[in-house]
Amino acid sequence: MPPRANLRAIALHAALILGAAALAVPIWLAFVAATRASADFVAGDVGWLPGPHGFANFWTVLAAGDSADGLPPAWPMLLTTLVVALLIALGKIAVSLPAAFAVTYFRFPFRSLAFWTIFLTLMLPVEVRIVPTFQVVADLGLLNSWAGLSLPLIASATATFLFRQTFMSVPDELTEAARIDAAGPLRFFFDVLLPLSRTNVAALFVILFIYGWNQYLWPLMVTTEPRFYTIVVGIQRLALAADEGTAVWHYVMATAILALVPPVAVVVGMRKLFVRGLVETEK
Amino acid sequence: MQAKRVVFPHRLLPALLVAPQLAVTAVFFLWPAAEALWQSTLREDAFGLKSTFVGLANFRDLFADPDYLVVIGTTLVFSFAVAGLSLALGLAAAALADRARKGALLYQTLFVWPYAVAPAVAGVIFLYLFEPSLGPLARAVGPAWNHKLIGWQALSMVVMAASWKQVAYDFLFFLAALQSIPRSLMEAAEIDAAGPFRRFFTVSLPLIAPTGFFLLVVNLIYAFFETFGVIHATTLGGPGLSTTTMVFRVFRDGFIDQRLGASAAESVVLLLVVAALTVVQFRFVERKVHY
Amino acid sequence: MAGVTLRGVKKRYPGGFEAIKGIDLDVPDGDLCVFVGPSGCGKSTLLRIVAGLETASEGTVAIGGRDVGALGPAERDVAMVFQNYALYPHMSVFDNMAYGLRNRGAARPEIEARVAEAAAMLDLSALLARKPRELSGGQRQRVAMGRAIVRKPALFLFDEPLSNLDAKLRARMRVEIRALQRRLGTTAIHVTHDQLEAMTMADTLVVLNAGRVEQVGKPADVYARPANRFVAGFLGSPEMNFLDGEAGPDGRIDFGALGSLSAGAGARAPVSRKVVAGIRPENLAPAEGDGPDRLSLTVDFVEELGAARLVYASREGRRVVVHTAAHGGWAPGAPLALTAAAGDVRLFDPQGGAALG
Ligand SMILES: Nc1ncnc2c1ncn2[C@@H]1O[C@H](COP(=O)(O)OP(=O)(O)OP(=O)(O)O)[C@@H](O)[C@H]1O
Ligand SMILES: [Mg+2]
Repeated sequence: MPPRANLRAIALHAALILGAAALAVPIWLAFVAATRASADFVAGDVGWLPGPHGFANFWTVLAAGDSADGLPPAWPMLLTTLVVALLIALGKIAVSLPAAFAVTYFRFPFRSLAFWTIFLTLMLPVEVRIVPTFQVVADLGLLNSWAGLSLPLIASATATFLFRQTFMSVPDELTEAARIDAAGPLRFFFDVLLPLSRTNVAALFVILFIYGWNQYLWPLMVTTEPRFYTIVVGIQRLALAADEGTAVWHYVMATAILALVPPVAVVVGMRKLFVRGLVETEK
Repeated sequence: MQAKRVVFPHRLLPALLVAPQLAVTAVFFLWPAAEALWQSTLREDAFGLKSTFVGLANFRDLFADPDYLVVIGTTLVFSFAVAGLSLALGLAAAALADRARKGALLYQTLFVWPYAVAPAVAGVIFLYLFEPSLGPLARAVGPAWNHKLIGWQALSMVVMAASWKQVAYDFLFFLAALQSIPRSLMEAAEIDAAGPFRRFFTVSLPLIAPTGFFLLVVNLIYAFFETFGVIHATTLGGPGLSTTTMVFRVFRDGFIDQRLGASAAESVVLLLVVAALTVVQFRFVERKVHY
Repeated sequence: MAGVTLRGVKKRYPGGFEAIKGIDLDVPDGDLCVFVGPSGCGKSTLLRIVAGLETASEGTVAIGGRDVGALGPAERDVAMVFQNYALYPHMSVFDNMAYGLRNRGAARPEIEARVAEAAAMLDLSALLARKPRELSGGQRQRVAMGRAIVRKPALFLFDEPLSNLDAKLRARMRVEIRALQRRLGTTAIHVTHDQLEAMTMADTLVVLNAGRVEQVGKPADVYARPANRFVAGFLGSPEMNFLDGEAGPDGRIDFGALGSLSAGAGARAPVSRKVVAGIRPENLAPAEGDGPDRLSLTVDFVEELGAARLVYASREGRRVVVHTAAHGGWAPGAPLALTAAAGDVRLFDPQGGAALG
């Protein structure tokens, strides 16, 4: 390479690495805070480098709790969050796969009506209908329940649309071959359609898992019992306490790290599936 | 809405297959939406015992309320700031990563992970970073920083927290769009002696403009709705109304102040906003399909 | 074993387009019947009606004497090979071939025996564990054939199964399919738009055009005695030459400035009438001596084919092509006199194009 092009490439990579580092600064500082002691915050002396209390802080936050600061252990909340994320991701997939199959591979009365009804839900994010949805869930006696936590978030149609798109791209001849091979609709669904859509299902699962893990407003509304607290909701309660002057920022930041590590690990570990899922849902 | 050319002849089976989706949709979408519409025409008395039909009075009151107009203004400023900031940064990073032949996948990972962080968690982290006289970024700014008292500082903080996460998303889509431009096109431009900047502004940018427009809509929807967590976990809408967005106000009127009629009317307004944005998005997507 | 009978079959697609406009047809048991016609003429539609993948809007379809109108494709005992093969991409070659047997509840040893037998017949035995994407185009094509033959159906349906192969492979598969079908003795309907494939493979040739049957017969008969101008033009390459002329009572066709040819007894008309004369390129030859049966033209250019050559000639804007083995040393601009035997001049009605005589 001529030296000029070389120089340019180095500048390019330097700019990219600088940008990536800038993006990571908030998390780095949060991590630094999570390794400091309470006294450091009181002294206003936290700095940019980690301290020696990391293990102790994470242990306290995760398992032991700290009754003096009103801090419950985080692991039950992590577990709850995991359950909610799985319920939402799997529930959504379980509901939308058959629905997408029905509107793509059959003609039945009111098919268009069904389709547009489902389509309408794209226009009603939970934030818009939050108050009446809360009332409906309360009327059904689903406050503080797994069903109440997950069902209203399962209903949205994005997954149905994605699967419909996937199915539309499966060649018709495969369906015809299956029909000649004496496969009925359900057999075709399980033997042909599902295996062919495997990566799409997996990609969507990754997206939905993150969507479920990061839910905030809805869990905040429908749960008042601590055993249903998700970590994302729990951290806000903690932060309010910290903001009020109790010097527990090291615990808050440790909890924040705990709350973000699982979804970030999923995204980084399954980057390819994730990117594919994301780019395709929004098409 | 088309179906396959090849379809199965059954009639009962498809009804059973869509039934679960239709059931959750009816119970958790249509019913609440209808409820919101109905409640937006009711007003409760002071004790919450009786409600009377008041027609469009809630909407009239809403738009006559100077506070609500402030909230609309805040929402617009907040949303366009978030959208603009994340689009600009996402595009810049994507343009650089697209030119880096080596390590494109590594950069994809390095830029995309913030997407996985919950808005509320991002909010809490930024809250710490900007905690007056304690947070490292607040100290870097100096004693002039106090978002608890100064409205524009609080607004900047939530804009930063909300954009930080969205940059990752925009980066991903811009990068995908840039990489889908045929290599031969860029080579043709190179032969036409266009320098790298000229190439970017005269060839790449026009070609990814549709993606940019699509992202603008998606970012606006994100800023309108999903950022509730950022605000609720940090400023609770304050100081004053300086970070109260329309969604936050629905929440406050509905759950804290128990003004159900007003809250429902605000929901209906939001519903119209999101409907408009969705229609724009779909019309645009459809156009893209016809190319 | 089963023949196929179509009576009054029509197909209107939901948009209102009538793709099949009334077809009666008998395919005898054990026959290899080829549907040929230009793109969009309804070949696939008709085949899919026989398969049960489409329902006829009117008329009846019988396979082996049994009306199958109310039966689904799985119940008709047919097997189909698709143009793009439609192999299940996630299944191995073995599973692709076994799938239809499994769904019909065949026992495992029987499935294995049948797949092994079909694989041996098609030279696929070494490939059974592979996925379709790990196969060449020709191998995929054979797997698609294998999937059809393992079932031992009463009827094979082939929808342009060779069109995705290169020319050499296509020529070889033509022969193999033909031989396989003979060996199995199973009735088969083969769809193609390639007239050469149709000619070489068919026991019975069915020429379709715009949703109608133009002619049915043995390939050689249809080629030699096309029922109308469409069939005459569709079969054969290069296409038959068509010249407007006038038939006289003496059986001679007068082509004005080009000259005249005699057209045999069938062409005699009590009074002169306008006709279209069709002469195949291989039936035209340079005229020797100076008999009355000649066409005088000028050479435009010559296409060399190696064993033979195509000579393009014209006069006053009327063009003909000659396919000849002779080396004439023709140069563009040279005069050319052509003649044809009376029996090789076919006459068609200028209105409607029906064959005359
Ligand atoms: N599902 C459909 N709806 C409406 N019209 C159709 C449909 N399928 C086919 N057609 C029309 O019916 C006519 C016959 O189609 P068909 O597929 O049978 O043609 P083909 O002879 O097989 O042509 P090719 O050689 O190109 O495969 C065409 O004009 C086609 O446009
Ligand atoms: Mg066809």
